[in-house]
Amino acid sequence: MSHFIDRLNFFKRTQTPFSNGHGAMTEESRDWEDGYRKRWQHDKVVRSTHGVNCTGSCSWKIYVKNGLVTWETQQTDYPRTRPDLPNHEPRGCPRGASYSWYMYSANRLKYPLMRRQLMELWRGARSKNPDPVTAWASIVENPAMAQSYKTRRGLGGFVRSSWDEVNELIAAANVYTAKQYGPDRVIGFSPIPAMSMVSYAAGSRYLSLIGGVCLSFYDWYCDLPPASPMVWGEQTDVPESADWYNSSYIIAWGSNVPQTRTPDAHFFTEVRYKGTKTVAITPDYAEVAKHADQWLNPKQGTDAALAMAFGHVILKEFHVDKPSAYFTDYVRRYTDWPNLVLLEARDDGSYQAGRFARASDFVSGLGEEQNPDWKTVAIDDATGEIISPNGSIGYRWDGRGQWNLQQKDGKTHEDVALSLSLVARHDTVVDVALPYFGGVPSDYFQGNTLKDILKYKLPARKVTLADGSEGLLVSVYDLNMANYGVGCGLGADDSAKDFNDAKAPYTPAWQEAITGVPRDKVIRIAREFADTADKTKGKSMIIVGAGMNHWYHMDMNYRGLINMLAMCGCVGQSGGGWAHYVGQEKLRPQTGWLPLAFGLDWSRPPRQMNGTSFFYNHSSQWRYEKLEIKEILSPLANKARQSGNLIDYNVRAERMGWLPSAPQLNTNPLRIAQAAKDAGMSPADYTVASLKSGKIAFAAEDPDNAQNFPRNLFVWRSNLLGSSGKGHEYLLKYLLGTKHGVQGKDLGEMGGVKPQEVKWHQDAPEGKLDLLVTLDFRMSTTCLYSDIVLPTATWYEKDDLNTSDMHPFIHPLTAAVDPSWEARSDWEIYKGIAKEFSRVCVGHLGVETDLVTLPLLHDAPAELGQAFGVKDWKKGQCDLIPGKTAPALIAVERNYPETYARFTSIGPLMEKLGNGGKGIGWNTETEIAFLGKLNHQHTSGTNEGRPCLNSAIDAAEMILSLAPETNGQVAVKAWAALSKITGIDHTHLALNKEDEKIRFRDIVAQPRKIISSPTWSGLEDEHVSYNAGYTNVHELIPWRTLTGRQQFYLDHDWMRDFGESMLVYRPPINTKTIKPMLNQKSNGNPELALNWITPHQKWGIHSTYTDNLLMLTLSRGGPIVWMSEDDAKKLGIVDNDWIDLFNANGAIAARAVVSQRVMPGMVMMYHAQERIVNVPGSAITGERGGIHNSVTRVCPKPTHMIGGYAQQAYGFNYYGTVGSNRDEFVIVRKMTNVDWLDGEGNDTIQEAVK
Amino acid sequence: MSYFDSLFFGLYPYVAGAVFLIGSWLRYDQAQYTWRAGSSQMLSNSGMRVASNLFHVGILVIFFGHLVGLLTPHWLYEPFMSPGTKQVLAILIGGIAGAACWYGAFLLFMRRKNDPRVRATGSTMDLVVIGILLVQVTLGLLTIIPTLGHLDGSNMLKLAEWAQSVVFFKGGAAAHLADVGFIFKLHIFLGLTIFLLFPFTRLVHIWSVPVQYVNRQYQIVRARG
Repeated sequence: MSHFIDRLNFFKRTQTPFSNGHGAMTEESRDWEDGYRKRWQHDKVVRSTHGVNCTGSCSWKIYVKNGLVTWETQQTDYPRTRPDLPNHEPRGCPRGASYSWYMYSANRLKYPLMRRQLMELWRGARSKNPDPVTAWASIVENPAMAQSYKTRRGLGGFVRSSWDEVNELIAAANVYTAKQYGPDRVIGFSPIPAMSMVSYAAGSRYLSLIGGVCLSFYDWYCDLPPASPMVWGEQTDVPESADWYNSSYIIAWGSNVPQTRTPDAHFFTEVRYKGTKTVAITPDYAEVAKHADQWLNPKQGTDAALAMAFGHVILKEFHVDKPSAYFTDYVRRYTDWPNLVLLEARDDGSYQAGRFARASDFVSGLGEEQNPDWKTVAIDDATGEIISPNGSIGYRWDGRGQWNLQQKDGKTHEDVALSLSLVARHDTVVDVALPYFGGVPSDYFQGNTLKDILKYKLPARKVTLADGSEGLLVSVYDLNMANYGVGCGLGADDSAKDFNDAKAPYTPAWQEAITGVPRDKVIRIAREFADTADKTKGKSMIIVGAGMNHWYHMDMNYRGLINMLAMCGCVGQSGGGWAHYVGQEKLRPQTGWLPLAFGLDWSRPPRQMNGTSFFYNHSSQWRYEKLEIKEILSPLANKARQSGNLIDYNVRAERMGWLPSAPQLNTNPLRIAQAAKDAGMSPADYTVASLKSGKIAFAAEDPDNAQNFPRNLFVWRSNLLGSSGKGHEYLLKYLLGTKHGVQGKDLGEMGGVKPQEVKWHQDAPEGKLDLLVTLDFRMSTTCLYSDIVLPTATWYEKDDLNTSDMHPFIHPLTAAVDPSWEARSDWEIYKGIAKEFSRVCVGHLGVETDLVTLPLLHDAPAELGQAFGVKDWKKGQCDLIPGKTAPALIAVERNYPETYARFTSIGPLMEKLGNGGKGIGWNTETEIAFLGKLNHQHTSGTNEGRPCLNSAIDAAEMILSLAPETNGQVAVKAWAALSKITGIDHTHLALNKEDEKIRFRDIVAQPRKIISSPTWSGLEDEHVSYNAGYTNVHELIPWRTLTGRQQFYLDHDWMRDFGESMLVYRPPINTKTIKPMLNQKSNGNPELALNWITPHQKWGIHSTYTDNLLMLTLSRGGPIVWMSEDDAKKLGIVDNDWIDLFNANGAIAARAVVSQRVMPGMVMMYHAQERIVNVPGSAITGERGGIHNSVTRVCPKPTHMIGGYAQQAYGFNYYGTVGSNRDEFVIVRKMTNVDWLDGEGNDTIQEAVK
Repeated sequence: MSYFDSLFFGLYPYVAGAVFLIGSWLRYDQAQYTWRAGSSQMLSNSGMRVASNLFHVGILVIFFGHLVGLLTPHWLYEPFMSPGTKQVLAILIGGIAGAACWYGAFLLFMRRKNDPRVRATGSTMDLVVIGILLVQVTLGLLTIIPTLGHLDGSNMLKLAEWAQSVVFFKGGAAAHLADVGFIFKLHIFLGLTIFLLFPFTRLVHIWSVPVQYVNRQYQIVRARG
């Protein structure tokens, strides 16, 4: 009853002594123990995970007590693996374990918020205008009013609003923008759907239904490796982490496994007990190095040089000197080495490699009537005849069922073995010129100067071409050997004498000057890597992280690795291959999710845009472009056809249908149909005529014209401005129109060369966005800059789906508790906005015809665009043919008042058009009928009889029912559909799981393994772990490339002109951001330019959440930058000093971590450290020190803009420009005044450097 | 006898005493997790050995000095020593212990005020308590000055009479203090206030002094409950 009275027991106290009085047993109350017992008591445990881009997708137990989430612990009930394989669990890391802190922290967003200035304007306008749409117009069309709230962005001043008010404002803004400027001016940015598929789909479904645009992210983050689509035609497909355990040799190259793949790292250590050797290759002493048997540290940014030296050794020893039977067979079947390339004559009598020879180059097209332009050729080793083997892209779309990798002649169907080198059967020996970039001068990177054009003696075959002319053919095998500096013994040329030849290309000795890695280590590891692959039939693996992919010439780094794997027969073999882990891009039930996410059940196609080009364009980063085309062209380039600025290339790519556009045209696409009707034409014909006459142009040709601004932007599940916004300060200045730190001058101010295709405005507009809405559960940097902030459910408060590339399970997020305060799940938020949109649009928008431009898409027949050369209709080089030489122009009907009804039901196009993905399609009537029963049907209204999509679980069931990965019946249909194209029966891969159907409640009970599907190139079954390329090798499904094989050679004009048709080493580019700033704004302390490296967090959850107090406590509680002891000494900086970091793009203020881990010449800032915690002002900008992207600006690469050319064709998040940022340098110095900009007297002064 | 004398030295002792006892009891029953010394030694250990020991040893001596000195009936010690001798003894022992305690309290107060970690972790009440104790010890030491003027112990006897009247419910306690110096009254008032505040502060740890540790068995096990 009372603790005190209970203690008053002096007279009845018994003590029983024992052990000769050394101990005693008492009868004292044990109630005090209840305190500890209650500490761990809880009301329920719910399974959820963290919807974050960390690739974990870990199963967590969420504990709920008295209606509050109290803590989380790791789940340990994963389905077992095979007997010879360790299990997956426990998965999780300290970052994930700290998540529940957020839910009730001060950082939690609790109510819808609006900035005061906007709220006053809105309430004022609303009281004068009964119609919310006219009220919005009265604000944004009044420059003074618009200015007054845009300039306050990022400066606080949020006031609590209500859901009714914010929904009405947002809907009114969307309606007005669509009506006045076009629905493609309403933009959405949300990344990585696999983190929380339903939440992503909520926003993208709303936007797609109204004709808005979803931006891609994978390319913008620069996590998309363009090398993968280039070589494989595949966005990214990688082994699950369990497959590391099947490997016999692992190189972790630029991937800090224990730090950034924490829940998977155990496989990396466990496999070492089997005797597998592990090698770490990282420029810094990263954590992974201590788990490896050997550590190599090439200078950052020079990985391609190291990879080429590895390749040189492997080619010389395992392909030329003592060919491995396994390797030879593999490259013959699965790579383009047997394919033939036409030579082009040069002025000096030598030749250079041209395009792939095609069937149509030969008399009667080698018997190929369909797509002969797209069928590559090789030589039958037995007969010496030139044939068109199965599998090239022409076969994919010719309907003959011969798109496979069986070694057969496409015409006669007879078995063949393709010949590799032409040395044994050449007609002539020619000098072939190859470009060399290793001597390109660089301020910061040491080169190895040779001639910039190297010549090799290669065997060639003389043939008579279809037009009667004589052609010279070489094989990719011979070209590739030469490209690696390995001679074929036909005479003296520029190839290497031996491995110690430091002045010959790509030898182990050659790379020493560039990378700093000793040659003997290169030779040893190359030998071990290849020897293991030879003995184990491909069980050598390279784990790679995105760091190497963030360089401007990332394709070279990555192709360097991929080539090593392909030449050793490791790709597509269990325990081998390319294990690239950057983020959670693996949306396993993708084809079930696409219709939900992009409203494909109501209208097709959706509007999608590549993020990099969008932000480059609309945040005016192109106005500051200092990288000139001539700096990156090959010495062999046809310079006549290459001119202009980088933005010009992007505009041309948009016009030719290579890249998408958003906003699309310089006119409202809802108005085209009426104009076409008036002119008596169809909308598409009218648009073609208007484009030709110049009456209509692409919006990208004049991005600074107010008609072409992106007007509304939704950001959800993202910290665009605190993490991923490259050129952060440009985004602030031009898109937002608020305070910024841009230091440099634009092309106008510095008198630079202006673009050719884009109209130049002397005064660039600022504050293009009328409305920025962010959904988040915490007050992130992005929220701070938004006009409206909507509080969303946390990961423990919503129902959703989550998958990862690291494991084969499909995992739920589950609402352990309801969203706290006034928060709502993303699904409910967008549902609410859709409902309000349907209400306020009446009288402004009804049933409208929208003209959508659609680029030539990868995995669609349109990928067969221009087979030979590049022709621009705008320059009169060809006719404008939509879907061939320009984007397809498609009229789409939108029923705006029905937006909400459509949002909440599954539309009829699924039955009418079916479902599919990656070039195959299937009927889906059964699944829709099933969903009508499972989710119930609407019983009234315009969507009567349609299956319901009311709740997030309804949406999850739609994904799971439609996807082959989670519905065995669909998997069988999908494999059958693919079998029709390959002519090989693949249904055996899914038949044994036909009756298996995974539903939402199933995965809540336990994560479930997915079913194998043709959407992916790996299998998930009882015998192998998931590994990319497995079905290509074992089911003979071609890679989705021009040749159908893994390509070492890329023959597009632009690839050749930019010198990257084959792998080369290229030093990082010069971004020219240092000179205008170095010692210009001196504070008296020494300054030094250092390379800007921004790797993944140790104390944050992937790219986000460094504002988590627990994590801040483990680190230094604010922004930090790592630097080497040598550089710190030069600059007079000691550990924990505040330092300034800046260049022409902006500035950062942070503390220095001085560590032996870092090599001289670079600084490292873990990315996405919020600018909201413990960040002082910067002396350079006068603003609060920025985020890691404050000093970056994106520089797109023309080769990534190539489109309509087999695997080099655009796909959303699949191919396109990427936002590289590693080539950047910053000036570092010790800070003098630590100014907190708050006037609270906490400012300090750091002693000057002596 | 003024109204205020009666209020502060007649009634206030019982109010403070009641709050002290009932408050401690309630806190012990209702808020067991707050029943602790709230040591901050783990956060900042430098200088603690000197400060904490000086303070604690000093205050313990003072506490027992007051207890014995004020509450021992006169007949018990009269046969052995005169009030004057007792007075001198009190000044000597109290002065030394008081000085030690004052210096310790001063160090602890400065530490609590200035050490950022201790300051951030502790409560306002922690600062108030050490502050009041420092003032109280100061006042106690200051009483030595007037006492040196009348070493016969007469003043001391009045104080003892007052204390014994209060504790043994003799009534009319306040009358004993009618003509003692102001500084004594202030010292007593503050002392009573400390009793008043006691249940609301970390001082409750005094109740739980582990005296039984002196002769407890090496191992204590509890019966299965």
